[in-house]
Amino acid sequence: MEEMRILSPTAILGYGFPMDSFKEGMKRKPHVIAVDAGSTDPGPYYLGAGKSFTDKNSVKRDLAIMIPAALEAGIPVIIGTAGGSGGRPHVDLTLEIVKEIAKEQSLTFKLAVIQSEFEKDFVKENLRNGYITPLFPAKEITEADIDESVRIVAQMGEEPFIKALEGGANVILAGRSYDPSVFSALAIKEGFDKGLAIHLGKILECAAIAASPGSGSDCMFGYLRKDGFVLEPLSPLRKCTTLSVAAHTLYEKTNPYILPGPGGAINLHESSFNQISDNMVEVKGSRFVPTEEYFVKLEGVRRVGYRTISCAAAKDPVMISQIDKIVESVKERVKNNFEHYGITDFFLDFKIYGKNGVMAMFPNLETQVAHELMIIIEAVAPTQDQADTICGFARSTMLHYGYEGRISTAGNLAFPFSPSDCKVGEVFEFNVYHLMKVDNPADLFPINYIQFTKGC
Amino acid sequence: MEYNLIDIASVIRSKNSGPYELTFDIIFKEVEMYNRVKEAKAIDGKLFASLYEIEESDIISLVYFDPAKAVKITIVRPIPSGALGETDVYGAQQHAPLMKMRLTL
Repeated sequence: MEEMRILSPTAILGYGFPMDSFKEGMKRKPHVIAVDAGSTDPGPYYLGAGKSFTDKNSVKRDLAIMIPAALEAGIPVIIGTAGGSGGRPHVDLTLEIVKEIAKEQSLTFKLAVIQSEFEKDFVKENLRNGYITPLFPAKEITEADIDESVRIVAQMGEEPFIKALEGGANVILAGRSYDPSVFSALAIKEGFDKGLAIHLGKILECAAIAASPGSGSDCMFGYLRKDGFVLEPLSPLRKCTTLSVAAHTLYEKTNPYILPGPGGAINLHESSFNQISDNMVEVKGSRFVPTEEYFVKLEGVRRVGYRTISCAAAKDPVMISQIDKIVESVKERVKNNFEHYGITDFFLDFKIYGKNGVMAMFPNLETQVAHELMIIIEAVAPTQDQADTICGFARSTMLHYGYEGRISTAGNLAFPFSPSDCKVGEVFEFNVYHLMKVDNPADLFPINYIQFTKGC
Repeated sequence: MEYNLIDIASVIRSKNSGPYELTFDIIFKEVEMYNRVKEAKAIDGKLFASLYEIEESDIISLVYFDPAKAVKITIVRPIPSGALGETDVYGAQQHAPLMKMRLTL
């Protein structure tokens, strides 16, 4: 095989794509349609809660187009990081959608489901064996951290996908995947250069984001050859330029020259980006450098508690001038009020927009203060009831707090909503972000096959 | 001569690179200006650390990337994404101080 053609319909499954672009892609006779369905960007909640950050109808709309088109063309569809986070409930959510589509369209195909969520005992055994190391800047973990984690997934490379393709799968639905794997698996199976295949996958996983103007909801097409690859956007509105493609290589990476993944890294020191037509770019020279031992990346989250928030604003210039002191006093009052009542284990925070709100993780950077402030009072506590109590008490205390120089004695806060407080539910944080050494990456991720015949 | 970074860059952006890192991209408008900045090492760890009031040791990498005429700076995220105290889960609005950066070339 001299050329492998890959269609990437959208940046994240559920973000959508114009039908015209998709049809243009199918006209080019792709060998595979692949899509990345997840990310850690939306934060730790989704992995912990077992929910997707994408909407069910939006995901179904995309798959209901992709799956029948691929089956008709006799090519596989590969979905990575199903349900946004790739845990078992996330894979199950997407599996339900695939089943609905199969039934509604009376489809006949073989589905491979690849899981990536590990039992805690398995992870602990690997920790005891010294196979788990932190991925800087994460810290060392202990068995207690693993016990505390509600869900741990690992990013799979191309190996389990190759195994499922060899098993005759027409559609592959996988848990947490290294983003490029879904795009590079078939190409690596067919003997194409791994460095080029993975670099191409790195770009295709964001679909038309690498074009100009960029879009997360439009298609991108990849042509992989023996000595390089070519990118072509499928909408006449977009062009790939050497700059748009090279700039995309920077996106969300630590270092654009070395892109690490399962089993090794791609090295871009020798990569060249050439404009070969008005809208197409050719990339050459990217190399895969395997690591001596094979590592996969683990991601896990722990439950911190439950959150309640209250949004309120302040306009009074005297109040604004005193805001830091007011916040400290309210925090002190809340703590003191519940000290002997038994609610002592909570996190109370005031996000002050208009006064270094957005960049509060870099304290003291911003000195300018706006003429009005948005204040988000946030309480996190071991139960929802306690979070409600702390947030509500902080809100009422701040509303009537008698700060120094106060003239507006009727109330300190402007509430945009009634009710003023809002239960946000469970709160999670990342607590596992580590590398785990594995002996056989293909066998680490179990594959189940489901045969659909006319939808059943 | 002094330049405002915002006048010579076409892209200034920030984003998470995984939950534990924040990464900043500065893409220059012109290759010539990029080369001048690169040769002078006008953007370096010391300048960046002082701009964000962080320790220089918290800078994981600072790379001049010729194919995109870009400088990329990756730092340890002050808190992991979504941890208590978070104000920008995606890290996409942490670039503002760079828009005020001035370079002497």
